[in-house]
Amino acid sequence: MHPSSIRKPSLRLIGGATALATSLSLVACGGGGPTAGGGADATGGNFDGEVKVGILHSRSGTMAISENTVAEAELMAIDEINKAGGVAIEGKKLKIVPIEEDGASDWPTFAEKAKKLIDQDQVAVVFGGWTSASRKAMLPVFEAKDHFLFYPIQYEGQECSRNIFYTGATPNQQAEPAVSWLLKNKGKDFFLVGSDYVYPRTANTIMKEQLKVEGGKLVGEDYLPLGNTEVAPIIAKIKQALPKGGVIVNTLNGDSNVAFFKQLKAAGITPANGYAIMSFSIAEEEVAAIGPEYLEGTYAAWNFFQSLDTPASKTFTANFKAKYGAQRVTNDPAESAYNMVYLWKAGAEKANSVDDNKVRTALIGVKFDAPQGPIEVQPNHHTTELVMIGEVQKDGMFKIIENKGVLKPIAWNQFVPETKGYTCDWTQNRPDAGKFRM
Amino acid sequence: MTALFDTLFNGLAIGSVLMLAALGLAVVFGLMGVINMAHGELMMLGAYTTFVVQNLLKSGPLAGLFPIYILLSIPFAFLVSGLVGLLLEKTVIRRLYGRPLETLLATWGVSLILQQFVRSVSTAFFLGLLAGVALGLLAPRFTPAAWWQQRWTPLLRTGSWILAVIVGISLGSALGSQRALDQPWFSARNIDVTAPEWLRGSIDIGGVTMPTARLFILALTALALVGVNWFLQKSAWGIRIRAVTQNRSMSSCLGIPTETVDALTFFVGSGLAGIAGVAVTLLGSVGPNLGGNYIVLAFMVVVLGGLGKLWGTVVAAFLLGILDYVIGSGSLLLLWPSMPAALNGVITFFATTSMAKVLVFVLIMVFLQFRPAGIFPQKGRTVET
Repeated sequence: MHPSSIRKPSLRLIGGATALATSLSLVACGGGGPTAGGGADATGGNFDGEVKVGILHSRSGTMAISENTVAEAELMAIDEINKAGGVAIEGKKLKIVPIEEDGASDWPTFAEKAKKLIDQDQVAVVFGGWTSASRKAMLPVFEAKDHFLFYPIQYEGQECSRNIFYTGATPNQQAEPAVSWLLKNKGKDFFLVGSDYVYPRTANTIMKEQLKVEGGKLVGEDYLPLGNTEVAPIIAKIKQALPKGGVIVNTLNGDSNVAFFKQLKAAGITPANGYAIMSFSIAEEEVAAIGPEYLEGTYAAWNFFQSLDTPASKTFTANFKAKYGAQRVTNDPAESAYNMVYLWKAGAEKANSVDDNKVRTALIGVKFDAPQGPIEVQPNHHTTELVMIGEVQKDGMFKIIENKGVLKPIAWNQFVPETKGYTCDWTQNRPDAGKFRM
Repeated sequence: MTALFDTLFNGLAIGSVLMLAALGLAVVFGLMGVINMAHGELMMLGAYTTFVVQNLLKSGPLAGLFPIYILLSIPFAFLVSGLVGLLLEKTVIRRLYGRPLETLLATWGVSLILQQFVRSVSTAFFLGLLAGVALGLLAPRFTPAAWWQQRWTPLLRTGSWILAVIVGISLGSALGSQRALDQPWFSARNIDVTAPEWLRGSIDIGGVTMPTARLFILALTALALVGVNWFLQKSAWGIRIRAVTQNRSMSSCLGIPTETVDALTFFVGSGLAGIAGVAVTLLGSVGPNLGGNYIVLAFMVVVLGGLGKLWGTVVAAFLLGILDYVIGSGSLLLLWPSMPAALNGVITFFATTSMAKVLVFVLIMVFLQFRPAGIFPQKGRTVET
C-alpha cells in the first residue's frame, strides 16, 4: 500500500521493536515479583540439607485475584518453618525450598506444571490449586505418578483421593450448614448462581438435594462462563423468580463476582430490599477487590475470618501484614494454605521421612493449632474445621453472626442419592478405601 | 407491555456495551482494514486511566470533583488510548498496511506486551524502559553521521539497540533495588474502580428498573456515535478519511496527506476504545486481561454489521444485545406465556448464559453463510485492500 515507506525503515523498526520487546520482557523477569522466592531470605546456614516443595497457583489470569494470597500464605509458612529450624528428619534439619510455578488460570497448564514439579524438580509435595477444575486436572497426574498434593480450598466434595489431602471445607463444613441457616432465618425460596465449572455445578446439585430434604424451594439457577462479565440476563431471571426478595446463593469464582455484585446493586437486588445473598467463594480478599460498598450486608460461610477474635488468629494476621504490607488482609483460603504447610511438616516429622508415601500414612491423625483453632487430619484425608457464618461490614471485614463449632469432614455427600451411604477411609486396607459403603 | 420494555431496555443496555467496544474497531477495521488484536488492550488502558483519575481525585485539592471523576476520565482515557494507538500505528502497523496476517500477529504481540506492561510497570521499570528507548533512538545523534550510511550500518543499529536494552535493564534493576521505586503501579491484581454514588442506583420507569450505570453507558454510546458520525460525515478530516478509504491513490493525487489520515483514523479508533474502557469499569472488574472479554465480541459485531458501515455496526450491536438477552433470560416465556410445550422446552433449554452464547454464535454463523458481507454489505466501489 505504501511501497515507498515500507522498504527503507522497516529493518530498523523491526530491530527496534524486537529490542524493545526483549527489554520489556527481560526487565519483567528481572525486577518482577518482590514476593517470589521470598522464602529464602534471612535464613542463615545451620541446615543439614534441603527438601524441595512445589507451589502451584495461578499467578496470572482470572484466578490470580484469589490465588496470589494463597501462594503468599504458603511462602510465609515455609519462611516461618525455616526460621524455626526447618523440618527435623532423622536428627537432621532440612530447609524447605519452595519451587514456584504459575498455573495461569488454565487447567491443562496445572497438569503440565504438576508433572514438571514431580519429574524435573522432584519435589516432596505440591501445595496447589484453587478451582476444582484445576484440581481435577491435576488429580490424574498425582494418581498416575503416585505423588502427593495438598489442596487448600473449600470444595464440592465427592472426591477422596489417596494422593490428595484437602484442608478446605467439604460441603458439610460450609455449604450445608449455611443453607440450613438460610432456611431457618432468611427464607425458603433459593436462586443459585455459579461459574460454569465443576465446583458450582456439584455444590448446587448437593444444595438442591438438601433443599428437597429440608423443605426449601429452588426457584432458578444459572451458570456464567468463567470470566464472563455480562450478567444482565441472570439478574432479569432473579427478578422474575424472586420479585419480592428471597435467598441467592452465589458460587461464582474470580472476576465475574465483580460484575455480578456491581450490577446486582444497580438493579436494586440488595439486602435492604429483602434479598439474602450468601457467597461461598468470597472472602476478605475478594471483598476488598470488589468493594465493600457493593457487598455490605451479604453473607459468607467460612472456617476462618480475619475478624476471628483469638490470639492465634491475630498473630497470623499480624505476621501476614508484617510480611506483605499493612493494607493486606487474611482470609480462609490463606489460613487453609498456611495450615497445610505446617500439617505436612508435622506429618513428615512423624514419619521421620519426606518420602511422600510415608508422609501420607503418617498424616492421618496429625493435629495442628491453626489460626482458626485446633484442626485434625481425618482418615478421609480431609481436616476438621470450625464452621462460621459472617456478614460483610462497611470496612470489608466480616462480623461473625453464627458459630457452628468444629465439624468433621464428610467426603461423599449424604444428601445426594448416588453417594448416600458411602464413605472414605484410607486407614483401612481395602482396594476401595476411597469409596465404599458404610 | 412492561416485559416488552424490560426486554428492550436490557437488550439495548447489553448492545450499547458491545457498540462502544466495537465502535473504535469499526473505524480501524472497517475503514482501514487493519485487524487490530490490541483493541481490547486499548480498552484496558482506558479502564486503567479511569482508575488513575479516580485515585487522583480521591483526596487532595481536587477532591470536590470526585463525584464526576468518571466524566473527567473520558477525555483522558480517549487521549491515553489514542496516543498509544498512534504510537502503535507509527511504529508497527504503518509498516504492515495491506498485509492483514502480519498485522494480526504483530498486534496480537502488542496486546501481550501491553498486558504485561500494566502488570509489571513500576517507577524503576518505567525509567529503565524510557532510558533504553531514548538511548536507542538518540544513538544516531551522538555518533558521526557517516557511520549511519555504511554497509555495516544495520549491524551498528542492532548493536546500538542491544546496548540500549542492556543499559535500560541495568538502570531498571539498579533503581529496582530501591523498594519505593520497585513498587508496581498496578500489579497483576485486579484493581478496584468504584462507580460514584449516583451511578450505583437505579431508576424505576413504568415498572422497569433501569440501573443508572446502564443509562449512563447508553447515553455515552449515543454521544460517541453522534460524535463519530459527525466527524466522519461533516468535518474536513472525516471527509478526507472517507476519501482515502474509497480510493487511496486518487486521494493522494489530489493532495490529501494519506499518511496523516491513516494516523488520525487510528488515533480516533483507539481513543474510542479508551472511552469503551471507561464504560466497562462501571459493569465489571478491571484487570490486565480485561480486553480479552470484549475483543471477540467486538470483532463479531463489526463483521456481522458489514465492514465500512457505521450503521451496520450499530444495528449488529443492538441486535446481538437483544438476542443475547432474550435467549439468555428466557423472557420469551414471559412475553408469550401460552406457547406450545415443545417450544417452551426448547426455550428453557437455551435460557442459561452458556447455552445462550452457543445459540447466538450458531445464529451468527448461519447468517454469515447467507450474507458473508454482513447485514449492510459495502456496495459499489470496494474498499481498497
